[in-house]
Amino acid sequence: MKASGFPYVIPMLLLSVAFFATPLAVLIGFSFTGPDGLTLSNYGRFLGDAFNYRVLMNTAKLGLQTVASTTLLGIPIALLYWHSGKTARQVIIFLTLIPMLTSNVVRTFAWIVILGRQGPISETFVALGLAGQPFSLMSTELGLVLAMCQIDLPLIILPLIAILSRTPVQFTEAAQVSGAGPWRIFVTVLLPMMLPGLLAGWILVFASTSSSFVTQAVIGGARNVYVPQLIYREVGTLFDWSMASAIAVVLLLSTGILLVAMTMISRHRRLVGHA
Amino acid sequence: MHNKRENPIPAFLYKAFVFGFGGLSLIYLVAPIIIAITMSFTSGQSLKYPPQGFSIRWYEALFDPIRSGTEHIAAGNSLKIAALAVLGSLLFAVPATIGMARMKRSTVSSIEPLLLAPLVLPSLVYGLAALIVANFVGFQPSLWLTVTGHVVVFGPLMYRAASVVAQGINPSLAEASTVMGARWFTTLRRVTLPLLLPGILAGAFLVFIQSLDNVSVSLFLADARTTVLPLRMFALIEESLDVRVAAMSGVLIALTLVVLLVARRVLAPQKQA
Repeated sequence: MKASGFPYVIPMLLLSVAFFATPLAVLIGFSFTGPDGLTLSNYGRFLGDAFNYRVLMNTAKLGLQTVASTTLLGIPIALLYWHSGKTARQVIIFLTLIPMLTSNVVRTFAWIVILGRQGPISETFVALGLAGQPFSLMSTELGLVLAMCQIDLPLIILPLIAILSRTPVQFTEAAQVSGAGPWRIFVTVLLPMMLPGLLAGWILVFASTSSSFVTQAVIGGARNVYVPQLIYREVGTLFDWSMASAIAVVLLLSTGILLVAMTMISRHRRLVGHA
Repeated sequence: MHNKRENPIPAFLYKAFVFGFGGLSLIYLVAPIIIAITMSFTSGQSLKYPPQGFSIRWYEALFDPIRSGTEHIAAGNSLKIAALAVLGSLLFAVPATIGMARMKRSTVSSIEPLLLAPLVLPSLVYGLAALIVANFVGFQPSLWLTVTGHVVVFGPLMYRAASVVAQGINPSLAEASTVMGARWFTTLRRVTLPLLLPGILAGAFLVFIQSLDNVSVSLFLADARTTVLPLRMFALIEESLDVRVAAMSGVLIALTLVVLLVARRVLAPQKQA
């Protein structure tokens, strides 16, 4: 067919260039401006400040903790899917989609209830005699990781399930017939197969933690501050847009570096493909 | 690591790992949703869980137009923005999908990253960038600026959902229609769009849900008058931990469930074709 499709693409292409690429370029340019013209002072001030530096490191740490915990819980759920029949598989997909499609603010609210002084965790610990008095996990790093892990878990489960659903069950039978135990099949057959899905999930989870403003602000509280809140503070309270841009670029670069690293790992045949 | 011949970890531990730990993880994933729903029916004034008694007082308070006027306005704004964002992504992303399906694979893979880029960029960074540019050109934060931002950030979801379907459509179907003398618009309306419909519906569903829930773009682009629902909930949580938030959560979860069930019913039969 000779008819060209290009004219159909033009509107969205223009939209992307004018309203996405341009603002991004302006943001980067803006981060290099100050009261007296072009300058690197925004970056100097941001990275030179001990508090800001700690916030940046804490944000990276939170991202990695979320990635690690979602992986730890996501893999067994994916394996549960793999070993389940048709109906159970449908149920697992449904149970994953509900939290994923439920508003982030709603899920954050649920965690306020769970982590609070009068919440189920505190009540259970007191009832079992593990804690002397009611306690709150709000405004703690542990509470935040528990919440972020639940909120981002579907992002890692769905890519894993997408791979497993395309794989026929007979796939592991050869290994089984040759006498391999379940752990061996998991490590040598299933895990390598799931690796591209894991990488996709890690990228999604990490990107999500770097913009989950509400959860970090509400559950983290005033004591645990992360980069998104710093950006918002510069814009909303201090009105320093150049500084906000510089912080945004730093956030972008740190996620970007990780993204590139993960893509490179996923292209590395020896790690992803057969050993 | 476990490449040794003899297996160091017994097989029943694998079963415990998959069915025990996997099952528990699944409960951990869903429990907060159930807790939010049950919390909303509390008769108490606080967020004590388990709730002290059953009542629908918080739903009554939420639906009362006088006591929850601000929340009603915020919900209206959010629904309006989400509907317009769906409309915007239909106008931009669906034609792009149709066009891309007719182009060479090499051209597609050189343009596609630009169209999909907004999905990878932290939307908070985009909100800030859009605010700076809008301010340069002389636009103040408004409902329309928010809608534009949502179309840019969530339009790619529509594109991606529709192109998955578009890739599976046999190009000779449109060709046959043209050969038999149908004009391009007739072919589009009677052949291409109906075939694309499951993808468009899935895309519309995703754009709507994401737009309704968005904080990080609306935070920068919405003005004081156009408070959106998630930001209003955020404010209620920060100010007073109002139990009406639980009722709002209940309504939103119910909405998600209904839309999800409808989407599965509508999309499932076509999938097997």
